[in-house]
Amino acid sequence: MSRTNVILLAVLLTAACALPFIVSNYRTFQFTLVLVYAIALLGLNILTGYNGQISLGHGAFYALGAYCAAILMDKMGAPYWVTIPAAGAVCLVAGFLFGLPALRLEGLYLALATFALGVATPQLLKYHHLEKWTGGVQGIVIAKPEAPFGLPVNADQWLYFFTLAVTLGMFLLAWNLLRGRIGRALMAIRDHHLAAESMGVHNALYKSLAFGVSALYTGVAGALGAIAVQFVAPDSFNIFLSIMLLVGIVVGGLASISGALYGALFIQFVPNIADEISKAAPWAIFGIFMIGFVYLMPTGVAGAVRLLLARRRSHEI
Amino acid sequence: MDALLFQVLAGLATGGIYASLALALVMIYQATHLVNFAQGEMAMFTTYLAWSLISAGMPYWAAFVITIALGFALGALIERIVIRPVENAPVLAVVVVFIALLVILNSIAGWIYTYTIKAFPSPFPKEPLFGIRYMSAHELGAIGITLVVLTTLYLFFRYTPLGLAMRAVAQNPQSSRLVGIRVGWMLALGWGLAAAVGAVAGMMVAPIVYLDPNMMGGILLYAFAAALLGGIDSPMGAVIGGFTVGVLENLLGAFVIGNELKLTVALVLIVGVLLVRPSGFFGSVHVSRV
Repeated sequence: MSRTNVILLAVLLTAACALPFIVSNYRTFQFTLVLVYAIALLGLNILTGYNGQISLGHGAFYALGAYCAAILMDKMGAPYWVTIPAAGAVCLVAGFLFGLPALRLEGLYLALATFALGVATPQLLKYHHLEKWTGGVQGIVIAKPEAPFGLPVNADQWLYFFTLAVTLGMFLLAWNLLRGRIGRALMAIRDHHLAAESMGVHNALYKSLAFGVSALYTGVAGALGAIAVQFVAPDSFNIFLSIMLLVGIVVGGLASISGALYGALFIQFVPNIADEISKAAPWAIFGIFMIGFVYLMPTGVAGAVRLLLARRRSHEI
Repeated sequence: MDALLFQVLAGLATGGIYASLALALVMIYQATHLVNFAQGEMAMFTTYLAWSLISAGMPYWAAFVITIALGFALGALIERIVIRPVENAPVLAVVVVFIALLVILNSIAGWIYTYTIKAFPSPFPKEPLFGIRYMSAHELGAIGITLVVLTTLYLFFRYTPLGLAMRAVAQNPQSSRLVGIRVGWMLALGWGLAAAVGAVAGMMVAPIVYLDPNMMGGILLYAFAAALLGGIDSPMGAVIGGFTVGVLENLLGAFVIGNELKLTVALVLIVGVLLVRPSGFFGSVHVSRV
């Protein structure tokens, strides 16, 4: 990391910590969701951006994480912070298992299979034999955690800080994971799987692991999202959630860690602005942005920022 | 026994609709080796256009023909404007563009026509045709129309010079260009035809599932399953796959797992076919050189 980057990061962190004391509780809640989406997008980016496996069904893992958290809290009385690693572990296993058959599917076909998973998710959650756990169509309402140790912050602010801490941890993990041997292996598989294989990269292992880790991230995000929204219901995890995550990584920037943050800001705040035009407008705008970014800015916002910084640096020299 | 027969025949009726949409998918796959995720939404959108025409007082069959023409134009236009620039792009870019099309069409329909569910008229009488008590007139009519569409397409591809040119482009674009076929326009034509077939499927399914912007989600999934089951590059296979999936869906729904998990059946079918026999029943086995 260069010195400018460290300074930038410090400024960003300070701003993130000061934020809930400046804006209203509702805005704090919205920024909590931004962090949640950022974790989910990072997860999808590990799979799609870094490893080149297209997933149109990551909403399913988000839902799995959310339901894990809700069931643990509501039915078993677990404290909220326990649900995060639990949801992550469950999703890691689920993602790894889904990744095994996905090994045989390439490009378009994987997109198709995961699309089917995304479409089928709400129906699976409504399944009446699972109703005892999932609450069926009604879903599950969960209580918002209060700040511990008598800290002088309200519930919204506390949850924001909790999510911020988890987000920082997850980003640090991903950064360490992706800049080393494993990250290079993932990208090598994406760029030329045969060459990677002949260099000694275990394709099958890395690809299913990428699926697992990606699901873990998305599941953790799902659990945090459920706690923030205090409610889970099958119809909030439809195919459009999966598509929204795809929009996020395309706009934020594929194969970029900071891109997850830009993408999360985009999918959280653009619909709010667009909602004022029409209920349908957010999706039309999402669609237009997706096409626009693919045509004009395939590296997303993160790529554009990188380009701008590089240009400034070359001017200074 | 009666119940079984009833379910099979009803399955054939919806199967015909899946077959049409699967055929549309296969046509685009053959021409461009892409799977069109927006096929269902294109069909939905054209069905809304038909609804507008009929609501404006146009007789059903006139609206039917005009809708097919509009669907054709829409498909060709989308190919020329949206798909052309990403023709040689990586798979991810193409998938993103298709998904973008899906949400744009979906939200435009919601914007113009709102999300309230609308009834869509059926051109067929209320009483059963020919005294067949197992099927409603609409189901029978839908099967009939599907078969007419399939025969027309078969005759078009088999016996007209234009059909021949389109098949040539699907098989080998470079050589086709060398013998003077306008490859780009043939692709646009293929998209137009696929969209027109999808429009027919939409108008046939709308009286059953009612008209709303999300009506095609499940149907598209079944069409995917049908196309994969038959072999994604085989038109014949898509049709047979469509009818099979329709019957399978109804039988499993009625006797085995209930209606709650119908979409999961499609999911299992898709993943299962892709794993066990990726070329489907009638598709050609793909061998690539490394």
